Amino acid sequence: MGTAVERFDDKARHAFDKIGRNEVYKGELLRHPVYTRFLHWMVALCFFLALFSGFGIYLPWLFRWFTPIFGGGALAREMHPWFGIFFVFFFGLQTLNWVRPMRWTAADTRWMKNVRQIVNGKDKLDPPETGFFNAGQKVQFWEIVAGCAVFLITGIILWEGAHVFGRFAVAVSYVLHDISALIMLGGIFIHIYQSTIGEPGTFEAMTRGAVTESWAWTFHPAWYKQVTGRDAKQAYEEAARRQGG
Amino acid sequence: MSDRRTLQIKQMSAHPGPIAGDGVQRDYDVCKLIDTTTCIGCKACEVACVEWNDMPFSATTFDNTYQTMPETRWNFWNLIKFNEHQKEDGTIQWLMRKDQCMHCADPGCLRACPADGAIVQYTNGIVDFQQENCIGCEFCASGCPFNIPKFNPTTKKVYKCTLCSDRVGQGLEPACIKACPTGCLKFGSKDDMKFIAGERAHQLKENFGFDKAGVYDPESVGGTHVIYVLHDATNPEAYGGLPSNPQIPWSYTIWKWLAKPVLGTFALLGLLGVGLHYVMVGPRRPQPEPPTKEATNGNRG
Repeated sequence: MGTAVERFDDKARHAFDKIGRNEVYKGELLRHPVYTRFLHWMVALCFFLALFSGFGIYLPWLFRWFTPIFGGGALAREMHPWFGIFFVFFFGLQTLNWVRPMRWTAADTRWMKNVRQIVNGKDKLDPPETGFFNAGQKVQFWEIVAGCAVFLITGIILWEGAHVFGRFAVAVSYVLHDISALIMLGGIFIHIYQSTIGEPGTFEAMTRGAVTESWAWTFHPAWYKQVTGRDAKQAYEEAARRQGG
Repeated sequence: MSDRRTLQIKQMSAHPGPIAGDGVQRDYDVCKLIDTTTCIGCKACEVACVEWNDMPFSATTFDNTYQTMPETRWNFWNLIKFNEHQKEDGTIQWLMRKDQCMHCADPGCLRACPADGAIVQYTNGIVDFQQENCIGCEFCASGCPFNIPKFNPTTKKVYKCTLCSDRVGQGLEPACIKACPTGCLKFGSKDDMKFIAGERAHQLKENFGFDKAGVYDPESVGGTHVIYVLHDATNPEAYGGLPSNPQIPWSYTIWKWLAKPVLGTFALLGLLGVGLHYVMVGPRRPQPEPPTKEATNGNRG
């Protein structure tokens, strides 16, 4: 990415650091600055608003469950595109913010080949080359980028309707929009699980911005080494020794 | 509406569960027959429609033909489509077709509609929009093969011909039928209208030399409650774009039918997946994990 994007992100991070604050205690590392967290929660808010207003329209069985949240079907239909626009907007900013750490590397391909060992709990520690984001996070991130593109294009077609884009375009967009939403729905379960009870200690990275050092050397060893200068494996072994003795 | 419901609903858009009116009363399918061969393009039906439905004056668009405007509007439901058709022998034929909702037996608009009860089909076959339930998404326009539902940007609702369901419910014929001076419009039961249409097509073939004359009642939408007699049934497109094979997009048939199981699968797999992982494998904790109580008490190695 060009330097213009980096300058923009830096400016935004500085501005937001003045408004909000990070709580990083001793033995902890700063993971997500205020700007990142702000974007994350705006994306999350817009996502769920769009999800519930959308699924009311998607399925007759959900129509009377979800549309009253927004004041009825007509308002749900009226607001859904706006939730979507803001979702894409905030995720677009997040994409600029994260495009560098989200870049796919050879280490990510190796991580993916090893994913079974991590899911079934055999590998307690992530591979030492796992950086700020692991390959699973990157897959989800790029899936949402692709999903946003699909949402935006098909969404505008559905928004304007058949009298602008024709019957065929609307009918096709209807299906693509749904499929994109379903894939994201599947992804959000994993995302919420992993960031809360699935990997304890992760959630606070998105609330006060900090993670413990042990969290960092366990899940993102290469990032740990990058910010502390210490080797993750060594740090872990020292900690284990201290605990044991 | 009187205290007794005159029209019972047999099909309702986006409605989970049974329909209260389905099969409650005996009723027969109504039908409007339009004989394009005797239409003189006087547009009395257009005026009658606007009059009966209390719609405001609508500006016309002159495009060097005898057509009032390019297509129907949200407040103009009945339009005589005009086409100066050149036949194979080079002679000219004026084709007039009364364009309005076809009241399909299998309505694409109703299938596409995501709002509970916004589009209903009565037991007599009339397809009606219930604007108070309409959410203004315009999916009906995408489901309709005849380009009929029209959006009002002010009210954000969609409107179309009701086949004068208010009149029919009281035992009257639709306003357009009443106004027609040539008798090219007829109204009655579907069986009767099909019989008359068939006879007329036969007459056109035998006595008037229209070898391709026939009845337009497309099977692809389950038949319609508005049927045409055409001079040339092999080329309905010549009559202001009447589709020869009207289709409902599969998005609103197959995909809508799949939607529930697919969503259920995704939601269940997601919840089950993470739930089972938590129970069977357990969370991944930062390492080293703090020693358990037993371990610190020295009960275990």
